[in-house]
Amino acid sequence: MAVNETEKTTYTIPIGPIHPALKEPVQLVLELDGEKVVNTDVRVGQVHRSIEWLGMNRNNPVQSIYLAERICGICNICHPFCLVLAVEQAADIAVPPRAEYIRVIAAEMERIHSHILWAGVAAHEIGFDTVFYLTWRIREEIMDLIELVFGNRVTKAILQFGGVRRDITKEQLPRIRQGLDYYKSIFEQLRRVFLEDETVKMRCRNVGILSREAALKLLTVGPTVRASGVPKDVRQDQAYSAYADLNVKAITPDMVTGTVVGDVYDRIIVRLLEVAQSIQIIEECIAQMPEGPILTESKMPRLLKLLTDAEGEGVGRVEAPRGEDIHYVRMESGVSTLSTWKVRAPTYINLVAIPTILKGMQIADVPIAFASIDPCLSCTNRAIRTDKATGKQSVIDYEEMHRLSVQKTKELMK
Amino acid sequence: MEKLSPQQIIDSFKKALGDGMIDGKIYEREVAVKKNRYRSLWINVKKEAFRDAVEHICRIQKHPHLAIISSSDLGDNVELIYHFTIYYGNHLEEISLGLRVTLPKKDLTIPTITDLIPGAIFTERETQEMMGVKVTDIPDGRRLFLAGDIPEGVYPWRKDETGPEKYLRVLPGRKPKGKE
Repeated sequence: MAVNETEKTTYTIPIGPIHPALKEPVQLVLELDGEKVVNTDVRVGQVHRSIEWLGMNRNNPVQSIYLAERICGICNICHPFCLVLAVEQAADIAVPPRAEYIRVIAAEMERIHSHILWAGVAAHEIGFDTVFYLTWRIREEIMDLIELVFGNRVTKAILQFGGVRRDITKEQLPRIRQGLDYYKSIFEQLRRVFLEDETVKMRCRNVGILSREAALKLLTVGPTVRASGVPKDVRQDQAYSAYADLNVKAITPDMVTGTVVGDVYDRIIVRLLEVAQSIQIIEECIAQMPEGPILTESKMPRLLKLLTDAEGEGVGRVEAPRGEDIHYVRMESGVSTLSTWKVRAPTYINLVAIPTILKGMQIADVPIAFASIDPCLSCTNRAIRTDKATGKQSVIDYEEMHRLSVQKTKELMK
Repeated sequence: MEKLSPQQIIDSFKKALGDGMIDGKIYEREVAVKKNRYRSLWINVKKEAFRDAVEHICRIQKHPHLAIISSSDLGDNVELIYHFTIYYGNHLEEISLGLRVTLPKKDLTIPTITDLIPGAIFTERETQEMMGVKVTDIPDGRRLFLAGDIPEGVYPWRKDETGPEKYLRVLPGRKPKGKE
């Protein structure tokens, strides 16, 4: 049989759920033709934590804020922000203007930290570890600022229905300004490292291309869609909170290079410029922040009563570092939990575009191309997961371990 | 195509769907210091007119953004809301459009919209496994999040007998829900 008559076969390799290139559990099943990726199947669901179910069945809405903060470690403002916006809409709770500004400052600090963190991860994915160390050292400054303002390096825990829990005081402002000035002073260095370095260019230019048309059809959000040239940003389009006062402009890569390719390099440009934009937004917020109260209803029993009596529905949309985050909430009078709580994190929808982004790539490009959407699987995998592996004797669950533990204690007491 | 105001959008839906449209309402909210407003629309359609409604949205905005399908168990019915957004690109010009359709539990089917909006596949798969709404003609009907050891016919978002209650683990020292 002649060569051209043989049927060309592809083979399949799984990457993940646990894999060194992917920090979180997700499985990419790649169909390969030689070195080239032909098709990808994204399999998620390995770390479901029943978060929506808990919000609908066990927790009262205030407890759900804590839970929403823990949907994702990095987006610990975005998710509760979405939830409070949705519930404020459903229960018709007003928010004092000062609180709106504090919320925005918190969200922008989170964006700076998240984008710099991503830049480090991206450098690490292409084996450029010196840049990884550099960016993560630079990131420490924003972590210090977050700790100063919110009392905690990671989980900020400042959102509450009808405002925020803690104020930003006058004494904190000079230190915040100093931190922002630091970022302005090193921005040029970061720009040179990421945009002018030949290694970065070689690994990122024309890799993982997502065209404008495909990005729109596949409903991509955040830096991923903006890098494909679509000026789509919730902070601009449907400005919530203090963003409505600020006139934020969506950043697209043609602002720097004049063209849109929609590759990994363009996603770097968008995120880098957004760090500068976030610094500017924080400065504007500090300058324009009005005086006044920060919380509408500070008495917890009264707030809970108000939430139990509330009847209505609301949608909260927030531009998280990875893209549009949306929560839908339905509240029924007399029901102490949320009746419906639907969370849609940005990675959830960006994963739909992964087969398109990876198509035609070499295996060696898969980590950076996949990382370029800044996937956050803890956000995507929330929803429902019943825990018990029913009928399988081999699985030791908590009860069984507890029983064995009690048994051992008893044996030791004999 | 020229941008329509929220009221004009509702009118255009009435014209396009006729009897298929139940009602539409506009929601606006003032925010922050300058009291700028952001807008959302809620359009309520009959099940038969659902495909037409989605096609109409695609006419209003080329490539509308579908954020998510949310679903609520209302007892005898299941309510689906398709959360669309249209008119992105400029400050405060975007409009959220919640397309609401109510399905009786006796006939939980909804046509797929992946031919119009390919990116809807994940949310349709999720709605199918979590709420038990059969999406007809879905190109990929596998489960998305649920693990294989959860039996068929259990839908975690339901609040009736098909819900996940009996599969919940009761931790030592705690009583099952409703028996406290």
